[in-house]
This record gives sequence, structure tokens and C-alpha cells, in this order.
Amino acid sequence: MSQTLAPRATSPEGNGSEKALRVGQRSLLRRFLSRPEVGSLIGAVVVFSVFFAVAEPFRQASSFSTVLYASSMIGLMAIAVALLMIGGEFDLSAGVAVITSAITAGMFSYQLSTNVWVGAAVALLVSVGIGFVNGLLLIRTRVPSFLITLSMFLMLQGINVAVTKLITGGVATQNISNMDGFDSARLVFASEFDIAGFNLRATVIWWLVFAAVATWVLMRTRVGNWIYAVGGNRESARAVGVPVHKVKVGLFMTVGFMAWFVGMHMLFKFNTVQSGEGVGNELLYIMAAVVGGCLLTGGYGTVIGAVIGAFIYGMTKQGIVYAGWDNNWVMFFVGAMLLTAVLVNSWVRTQANKR
Amino acid sequence: MSAMTTHTDPPRPREPEGSDPIVELRGVGKSFGNVRALSGIDLKVGTGEVTCILGDNGAGKSTLIKIIAGLHGSTEGEYRVDGKPVRFSSPREALDHGIATVYQDLAIVQLMPVWRNFFLGSELSTGFGPLRRLDIGRMRAICDQELQKMGIDLPSIDMPVQNLSGGQKQVLAIARAIYFGARVLILDEPTAALGVKQSGVVLKYVNAARDAGLGVVFITHNPHHAYMVGDHFVVIKLGEVEFDAPRSELSLEDLTHHMAGGAELDALEHELERGQLPTVDPLHDSTPGWT
Repeated sequence: MSQTLAPRATSPEGNGSEKALRVGQRSLLRRFLSRPEVGSLIGAVVVFSVFFAVAEPFRQASSFSTVLYASSMIGLMAIAVALLMIGGEFDLSAGVAVITSAITAGMFSYQLSTNVWVGAAVALLVSVGIGFVNGLLLIRTRVPSFLITLSMFLMLQGINVAVTKLITGGVATQNISNMDGFDSARLVFASEFDIAGFNLRATVIWWLVFAAVATWVLMRTRVGNWIYAVGGNRESARAVGVPVHKVKVGLFMTVGFMAWFVGMHMLFKFNTVQSGEGVGNELLYIMAAVVGGCLLTGGYGTVIGAVIGAFIYGMTKQGIVYAGWDNNWVMFFVGAMLLTAVLVNSWVRTQANKR
Repeated sequence: MSAMTTHTDPPRPREPEGSDPIVELRGVGKSFGNVRALSGIDLKVGTGEVTCILGDNGAGKSTLIKIIAGLHGSTEGEYRVDGKPVRFSSPREALDHGIATVYQDLAIVQLMPVWRNFFLGSELSTGFGPLRRLDIGRMRAICDQELQKMGIDLPSIDMPVQNLSGGQKQVLAIARAIYFGARVLILDEPTAALGVKQSGVVLKYVNAARDAGLGVVFITHNPHHAYMVGDHFVVIKLGEVEFDAPRSELSLEDLTHHMAGGAELDALEHELERGQLPTVDPLHDSTPGWT
């Protein structure tokens, strides 16, 4: 758009004294409270304190590295899912898409005896392609993404098991640990280092790196502005020239990319993939994003919130084990936490917006 | 500059009629199949001039602004911008000619901060390649400056737009259109959903835009609002211009009269005076109704 017309200095109220920039006038506390992720931050502190108090093993550094690892497994996908939700859409196929990606890479490399990196590249195409198809169906049919990705979820779930059985005769892919390129791939996707007794896993580093990149894109680039806009008001965004379709398809492809990444981690960590896994994880990703302040209706939320949401999940999952409670309580607590977080978030939001 | 307190103020000095119009319609009409929504519309919008288009619901006001805004093509007549015939196929093209429309739904995103809304779709960037990023400092400064020029006082340009009043949202949309190079501003019933005080706020900015040299097309069905700011009035009825006059040739009473239906209203008045009113059953009856 052209900016040829110089704005003229007329004011209906007799242009009074030039005021200083109205920035930073809200108090620090109010600005903090109006952040989408504030509820999840409080929640994280509470959950941490509870398990720190009741579970003795939780206090050790080695347990903390396990907590971080469990968080990163949900958190990596939660980053992409949070971006998608801010853009106003769901992806229910995200959980099984991870497994689809791992199966594709594993079986392609094994059946054609290629370097595992070739399999990984094919899997990347497939994963991003699935995201592209999701997005394309959405904008072409205007059917809600809930239904489109639910269909994709069921189809992928079926394909994963059926194709694996068809080719290998079992429900898992073949072990690829002695194939070319496996070691370098494992180094990238599934390595671990010991730093002063603290076991640091590659996924945790990648989790934080991707979170930082996603946050930067969301808050500091045009695309980020557009993501908020298409989720907040699709028609308005279109009216001012935002490429709504490209943004939405791009977001689904981002989820596809992240599914590929997590899938590669699983493949190179365990050497083989159980084809029936992944079901139910899509809801955990959404849970993490919502706990972190994303609205189901779109247009609101942050990636940092989703990271904290995933961290709360990781603490709960491992904390219950360390506390010696029955493992079946994990889902109960995760559910209760989600409910609390949603209520606290909406309450904080109304309070912060009151003035 | 608070001449707009009441509509009894004497008319202000006006730009002479007939200065080169930016937008000119000659005999423009639009048919949807067999239905003739609009026909024979002549309209001129010059710089620093407020043209009010009035009409009852379904009179064809919306069709007319959609033609001017580039959403519809006309099926007859001529549409000229700066004297040259044009044919727009999208609002974007109209915008490139400096014709901006502020719709009732405003094209804003409620949950986003004021400054992000201001620049949405036309964000300023800095840096190169993968480090290309929003020039947040400059965008905030410009947004703040532009809003101050329009006299909007907000506690913070970081507040989400949903916290603004209806009038402030209108003014934000107007300020944005002006900043991004609008020469003609089309306002689609900007006061329709607003209270008395908020309407006054918007009308002040209509004046401000006029004084800034923009041509304003102000669509409304409120003759009082129109008379407060208008330089030229066009009343549309059943898709045709019923009445077209500069401010100097009419009073608010004339305008209200035309707006309210003119001759039809006279007939209705006459009918009411004859006293042939329907009789109504007393309310205590369990089956109230017309008899």
C-alpha cells in the first residue's frame, strides 16, 4: 500500500501539547498479569512446589532431567500446535502424524536399504505434505479443521498399523540401528550428554531452540502478526490484505514439520517404531497450549505459554511416579489441572482487561 | 474547533462547488439479474468535502458504496477517478486509487493491540533475510502520533482493540485509512450502532478528515448526523436519486422531510389526521387483537 499522502496536522480538538509516547504507562504488575501465560506460570510454580514437598526423588537433578525430557516430548509438538491454535485452527491428526513420520523413515530406509537420512528426507516430505493436505482441505472446503483433521487422524491411525503389518508382518518397524547414517542421525535427534551429573537430552535443547524461534516469529515478524490476525478475525484480516490461506496452510505445514522432528527422535532413540502409538497425544498438545493461555477460538496465546503447559505436564507425569502414587492418577491430575488452568486463565484475563 | 456542538450553528465557509472531483459517478446503475438495485446515480466527491448519502433501509445505499469501494462492478453508467474512467475488480484496486472504505465491522481484530491493528497487512519491517523483523519502535511511534493527531486519547496503544469504545474503534479505522493514503473515505453508517456521545466523537473526526483535505462519503439514515457535517446531500430512494442538493439550498427540516419519505409522509399524515384509526380491545380481555 502506498503511503504517498503525508498526514496533515489537524486535530478536531485544537492540537494541544504534544504528549510523550504513551508506552509503558501501565504498571509492571498489570502488564505481567495481562500476559496470556501468567496462569500457567503460577500453575507451574504450584505443581513444582507440591511435588518438591511430597516426592523426595523429585528433588534430585537426575529426576529433573527426566521431567524435562518428558516435557519436551509433548512440548515440541505443543509449540507448533499453539501456533496453529493462535491461527484459529486445530490439528487432531498431530499425535499419529508423529508415528506416520517415523514409520515412513524407518521402513523406507530399511526396505530400500538406503542411508537413514534419505528415509528421513522422504518422511519430511510426507509429514509436511500431510500438513499441506490438511490446510488445503480446510481452505477449499471451509469445513471446520476439527472435522478435517479428525478424519486425517483416523485415516493415519489406520494406515500406520495396516501398512506396517502389510510390509513387516508385525506391528513394529524393523530395527534400523545398524544402517548407514544411523549414528549421525541419532546424534542430531536423540543424543544425550552428562553435564555435572545432569543428563541433558537433545530434545530438551531442540525444544527450547524451537520455542525461541517460534516466539520470535510470532512476536517480531509480519507473519506472526498475520497469525494472530487470521485467528482473531479471518474476514478482517483478509480485508486489510493478509494472505489468510497461505498463513493457515503454512501453520498446518509447521505442525507437519514438528511431527517429523518428534518422529525422527522416536525412531533414532528406540531404533524401531510401534505403529499403534501416538493416539491421544494430539489432545495433550492441545492441553499444553490451552494451559499456556491459548484460546480455543484463536487469536490469543503465546508459544512460551505452551512450553510452560508442557512443562507442567512433564512434572505431573514424572512427579506422580516419584511420589510413589499409582501411575493411573496422571491423567486425572492432568485433567484437573487443565480445568483449573482454563478457569484461572479466563478469570485473570477479565481482571487484567478491566481497565 | 468545536463548531459541531449543535446543528443550529450557521453553515461554515465551504469549498466552492465544482472543484475537480476525485470520484465522479455518471448515470451509474446496477442490476442483479432482473432486479434493478440502482439506476441513474450521479455523484461527485471533491477534496475537502463531505457528501452525505441518505436513504431508508433497502434504498440502495449499500449497493452504491459497494460500487464505489470496488466490491461490485456497475452494470451501467460511468465511474471516474480523477477524471479517468475506471473499473475496479477488487477493493484493493480502489484502495490503490486512494479510495478507502471503513465498514461497519471495521476490519479490525478485537484481541490484538491497537498498534498492531493499525499496521495490520501493511507492517513496517527492518533488517534483511531471516532477520527481517517488525520495526516495532517505528510502528508504535507512528500509531501513537497518528492517533494523537486525530485527538484520540487512549491509556495505552498496547491495549487490545476490544477494550475501545465503538466510537474509538471507528476513529481508529478512520485514522488508519488516512495514514495509508486515502483521498476519499467512505464511511458506512459509522454512527448507526453508537450512542449519542460516541456519535458526536465520530462526527468530529469526519470533520477532521474533511479539514485534512479528504473527500468523505458519509452513508447514514440519520438526517441530523448528516446535516451536522455534510456539504452535499443525496437522498436515495428505491435505487434512484430522489433529492440532491448542496447545503446552501436546504435546511435540516427539508432534509428530514425528504429522508422520512417526503410525499409519502404527507399522505400518511393526512391519513392519520382523518382519525380512521384501528380500534383496540381493552387489555383485560384474554384475546387481545385488532377488530
